[in-house]
Amino acid sequence: MANSKKLLAGTTGAIVAAASLPARADWSLLNMPVGVSELSREIYGMHMLILWICVVIAIFTFGAMIYAMVKFRKSKGAVADMSMLHNTKLEIAWTIVPVFILVGMAIPSVDKLIKIEDTTGSELTIKVTGYQWFWEYEYLGTGVSFYSRLDEASNEARQLDSGLDPEAVDHYLRNVDNPMVVPTGTKIRLLLTANDVNHAWWVPDFGMKRDAIPGFINEMWISVDADKPGTYRGQCAELCGRDHGFMPIVVVAKPRAEFDAWLAGEQVKAQQASTGAATTVRVETTDGGESVRLAKAE
Amino acid sequence: MAHHEHAAEHAHHDEKPAGIMRWLTTTNHKDIGTMYLVFSLAMFLIGGLMALVIRAELFQPGLQFVDPGFFNQMTTMHALVMVFGAVMPATVGLANWMIPMQIGAPDMALPRMNLFSFWLLFFAFMLLLSTLFLPGGAPAAGWTLYPPLVLQTGDAFPVAVFAVHLMGASSIMGSINVIVTIMNMRAPGMTLLKMPLFSWSWLITAYLLIAVMPVLAGGVTMLLTDHFFATSFFNPAGGGDPVLFQHIFWFFGHPEVYIMILPAFGIVSEIVQTFSRKPIFGYEAMVYAIASIAFLSFIVWAHHMFTVGMPLAGQMFFTLSTMLIAIPTGVKVFNWTATLWRGSISFEPPMLFAIAFLFLFTIGGFSGLMLAIAPADFQYHDTYFVVAHFHYVLVPGAVFAIMAAVYYWLPKWTGHMYDMKLANIHFWMSTIFVNVLFFPQHFLGLAGMPRRIPDYATQFSDWNMVSSIGAFGFGLSQLLFVYIILKAAKGGAKATAGVWEHPADFPAGLEWTVPSPAPYHTFETAPEVK
Repeated sequence: MANSKKLLAGTTGAIVAAASLPARADWSLLNMPVGVSELSREIYGMHMLILWICVVIAIFTFGAMIYAMVKFRKSKGAVADMSMLHNTKLEIAWTIVPVFILVGMAIPSVDKLIKIEDTTGSELTIKVTGYQWFWEYEYLGTGVSFYSRLDEASNEARQLDSGLDPEAVDHYLRNVDNPMVVPTGTKIRLLLTANDVNHAWWVPDFGMKRDAIPGFINEMWISVDADKPGTYRGQCAELCGRDHGFMPIVVVAKPRAEFDAWLAGEQVKAQQASTGAATTVRVETTDGGESVRLAKAE
Repeated sequence: MAHHEHAAEHAHHDEKPAGIMRWLTTTNHKDIGTMYLVFSLAMFLIGGLMALVIRAELFQPGLQFVDPGFFNQMTTMHALVMVFGAVMPATVGLANWMIPMQIGAPDMALPRMNLFSFWLLFFAFMLLLSTLFLPGGAPAAGWTLYPPLVLQTGDAFPVAVFAVHLMGASSIMGSINVIVTIMNMRAPGMTLLKMPLFSWSWLITAYLLIAVMPVLAGGVTMLLTDHFFATSFFNPAGGGDPVLFQHIFWFFGHPEVYIMILPAFGIVSEIVQTFSRKPIFGYEAMVYAIASIAFLSFIVWAHHMFTVGMPLAGQMFFTLSTMLIAIPTGVKVFNWTATLWRGSISFEPPMLFAIAFLFLFTIGGFSGLMLAIAPADFQYHDTYFVVAHFHYVLVPGAVFAIMAAVYYWLPKWTGHMYDMKLANIHFWMSTIFVNVLFFPQHFLGLAGMPRRIPDYATQFSDWNMVSSIGAFGFGLSQLLFVYIILKAAKGGAKATAGVWEHPADFPAGLEWTVPSPAPYHTFETAPEVK
């Protein structure tokens, strides 16, 4: 059977991969990305704070358990101390001390929440709509909107038994035809909704995800550092049906001037389209439905 | 003690139909307990096979084995089978076997209802598993059944809803039985605060079940009417609210998580004290901690939904209430540690599994605390970090505790000691592979891999491969578990009544005072508890 051969090859590959892990391991893949915005850095900081608190508590708790298991073994002649059945002072202490630790964690987290939820003062609003299985980005007030789907190379390679090697595809499953474009150094408000089922919009480098739910408009804000233009990738994070794994998100962050030029170009295209200089292209969606995409005439 | 009368009574009552009729008509708590446990083991293997389909597909990037739609059916069914078919029935089976024996009762209070609830569960699962063969396949919207996606399910939809109804009815009946038994049938002298912790944990679990199963039943019924009778509970086009379902589901779902873990707490408490040869440290605190956890489980549900766009005040409330759970849970972990402290510890298979529980469940507790912090959860939510978290509390948590219980009580059930050497091998293989399987999933989630995807970007390849190797290793180890149980059921060294060592200054519980195997009817004359 082809599959069993594959499995065998895969197992061999896994052993080789495991053996060579230290050599090729990318340690950044062990932890949350620090990200490229003030929010993502604060969220990362929060994550590391609680992680280290947990590590310290773990060292004490596991240390005590291991010590007990080594020291109080019956085989070493340990005799059970029947007087040790409870100790009110100790029990009160280990109920109260965690309260203080938790308060110490709660205060900064509430502080960050307030900041995360404050979408005021944004300079640009983009409406993000989830569909089965692609995204639409609408730059409110500019007339610019477009759909964003999995790119063709990934789409071919991801078919069952395509025979194509995902490793050979550029940004396999994390590439789209039309990326979302945003200016750096700008507070951008995203309005999230969906047309069919729940989706969630998530780019780890921006520190946030939020659900896109039909009938609701959710808000979140992002802001890419002025000195960090680049391409940032994520994907839908809420199970949305068969092709949930195949609706990536790509955001290209450009310096303000370049973004303005891009937006102006898109506005011209949009105007041409609305004055009839463009043809309407019908695009089949995977579920058999149809959506309409505007494209510039050839 | 009137030994002769006892023996005569046994001879009289032990008559039971031979063969299959015994199992179809029995109202004996031990037989019903056995049926629940065997059913649970079968479901554990079926759910495990589904997990292996998932891990085989995720072994490397690209789609090699299954269609994405079928992959979603597997993730959904794996969860439903493991939660409702494997973990819950296993703890119900243990409750059936052990609660009457621990509290000195002759049987469960409502034996016919007991049998009815087992067969309801059995047919619920026949229905649920049959959906795999219906047009459109099994449910594929995740075990959380979120609308609108779940409304796209094919013919399986009403069948799955009916199966959930049956499971709920079965659980509620089982819970009524536990509560009535414990409240009315304790041996004279056994006050509530003398009751073994396993029975205590189940008493509280039973109340949780009665409180939340109707909520789930209500939620899925609303889905049903949305689908077939044009109501709009969850349909925004008709003025409904898809998020309402999430609130209903998690109001059931969070207590449900504790329904799976509280009996595990009880089991681990019993085992840790037996093999430390010293009663549990802070018995009353342990009881109150379980009760506090049960109470808190009703006011934390929306931490599963931090990304749905709740008001700020809601996010703060659910962050803080969730963090509170760490306090009673911490009390339990500290008390277990203190029970080990200055004990006289030995490491038989039940103790090995219980100790693995202490470490690995606590790791799941830590990741749970991290997930409670809403701002950090915006990154963790719906990633493999969550998958790693709940598998740590459910597999080396609940499932290891159930295995510990089997190794603890199997000699009492069968009258035979099992193969200790094989059980030790089973322990080490399970413990090593469960970590190879789930620990790397923390890294995958933090690095940005969402859950419930059949294929992934290539930077996630290495750890997925490691995780899949762990999955196959863990899966194969469980065949050993089945073999050990079958072998012990067939024969082996004769087990004593006490089975394990019970020092004179720490007398054994009632279940260890009857012979092994436990006679068909125990405690027809109530024992006296001092």
